[in-house]
Amino acid sequence: MAATPTREVARRVFAGEFNDATYTFKESDDDRAPVYVLLPTGQRANRVFVVGTLTETEDVGEDSEYWQGRIVDPNGDTYFAYAGQYQPDAASMLRELEPPAYVSIVGKPRTYETDDGDVNVSIRPESITPVDETTRNRWVVETAERTLERVEGYQEADPTQDDYATDEYVQMAHDEYEPAIENYRRLVVEALESFEEETAEPEA
Amino acid sequence: MTDLHTHADEIHEQFADQLDVTVEAVEERLDTLVNEYQVPISEARRSVTNSYLDEAGLDREDIGGGGGNETVQAADVDAPEEWVDMTAKVVELWEPRSDAVAQVGLLGDETGTIKFTKWSKSDLPELAEGATYHLRNIVTDEYQGRFSVKLNRTTVIEETDEEIEVGDDALEVEGALVDIQSGSGLIKRCPEEDCTRVLQNGRCSEHGEVEGEFDLRIKGVLDDGEEVTEVIFDQEATEDLTGITLEEAKDMAMDALDTSVVVEEMQGTIMGRYYRVQGPTFGRYLLADEVETLTDAVDPEATLIKARSI
Repeated sequence: MAATPTREVARRVFAGEFNDATYTFKESDDDRAPVYVLLPTGQRANRVFVVGTLTETEDVGEDSEYWQGRIVDPNGDTYFAYAGQYQPDAASMLRELEPPAYVSIVGKPRTYETDDGDVNVSIRPESITPVDETTRNRWVVETAERTLERVEGYQEADPTQDDYATDEYVQMAHDEYEPAIENYRRLVVEALESFEEETAEPEA
Repeated sequence: MTDLHTHADEIHEQFADQLDVTVEAVEERLDTLVNEYQVPISEARRSVTNSYLDEAGLDREDIGGGGGNETVQAADVDAPEEWVDMTAKVVELWEPRSDAVAQVGLLGDETGTIKFTKWSKSDLPELAEGATYHLRNIVTDEYQGRFSVKLNRTTVIEETDEEIEVGDDALEVEGALVDIQSGSGLIKRCPEEDCTRVLQNGRCSEHGEVEGEFDLRIKGVLDDGEEVTEVIFDQEATEDLTGITLEEAKDMAMDALDTSVVVEEMQGTIMGRYYRVQGPTFGRYLLADEVETLTDAVDPEATLIKARSI
């Protein structure tokens, strides 16, 4: 294997699945080892690429600026992105952008536990850029394809079956979440059906 | 081991007419080399074959097939330490960096190109740029995921008139631009002859403080959700991609008294968008020859049908 560290792939995942990815882990004990969230469809993610509609921005910081962005996907599910002083470019983007706007976000998944014990999943953006509708539509189809591949991968390696292919992350997803995998297939169908509704609308 | 037996069988078959040897005897000799002396099977096979050739008073050509080496093409090489034969054209000769290397450069065939090294101590004839050769008994090697072939003392070099159309190993990649790395935008390069190093704080790592020459470039990362590809866009490709010319970039930097405004401006227009990039690879980078912004609508129908069916 090459000794140079390889850059992590940015996973494509709809908000409905992303927000369920509450389990985090590292692959080694090294302090600097990357933290992954485990997607319920059985893949690890250390970076995501999201294109959606920025619907709301708000400075939720107390002492210093800390910007929250709500980004909605075609299913109406919401990603939360947070950027503060350590993400100055992303923070100033959230400060300046006028919702609604299509944005693309490259970022790291982060989890935090709320006072009542729930785990929330959010994105710590590396970059936020306004994009056009064609980019957003391309992302929706691409994310549908990638999600479907994961769903299929999960079905093949689902350890509750008599005969299954072994897959480390599917096994982990089964152990941590026992996911209703059908839900994630449904996200794909609904996201793609949103195109039909758009085109079915009468032209103004 | 059945593996050894297969090899023994093949060797035995080659000599069945000339020599009175049994498959078991061949296998035993292979076994000694492989299991006792830890010789790779390809080398053991050569050695055993050669000794039988001597016994039978034959030349390698007489038994055909190059004596067990596989004939490969540039793009086929995917493992180190394999003895292979190849017919290829010398596409480029480079300046050897060490006295131990007699010649180094690129060999090419229809499938692409591969680096070759010829050691000084191997005492082999000179290869000429543009000429095509049958090369027998060369060894594959790997360094950081890149494969090469090495010519050695046992290599047989034969020039041939065969015309080879060298294929380009251009890569085509589609994906979203998810990162613009440092060293992108308006940069300065060392003006010394044959040195194009990018200056860091006005200094060239080779020539020290120099009056740099402006250039545009982007080192970016394309990501399709499965793989990442690092891409270098040169001045022309960067101008095409961003719509900012070198002159405009210089003006922008002049007005702001800061070159970093250029890359910031570029980020806003290209990050998070989808591109198709084509070009040759160099080390871990894809050099962008052709860049296309993916703006055509994508058809969700096929994926939808599949999603409904599973």
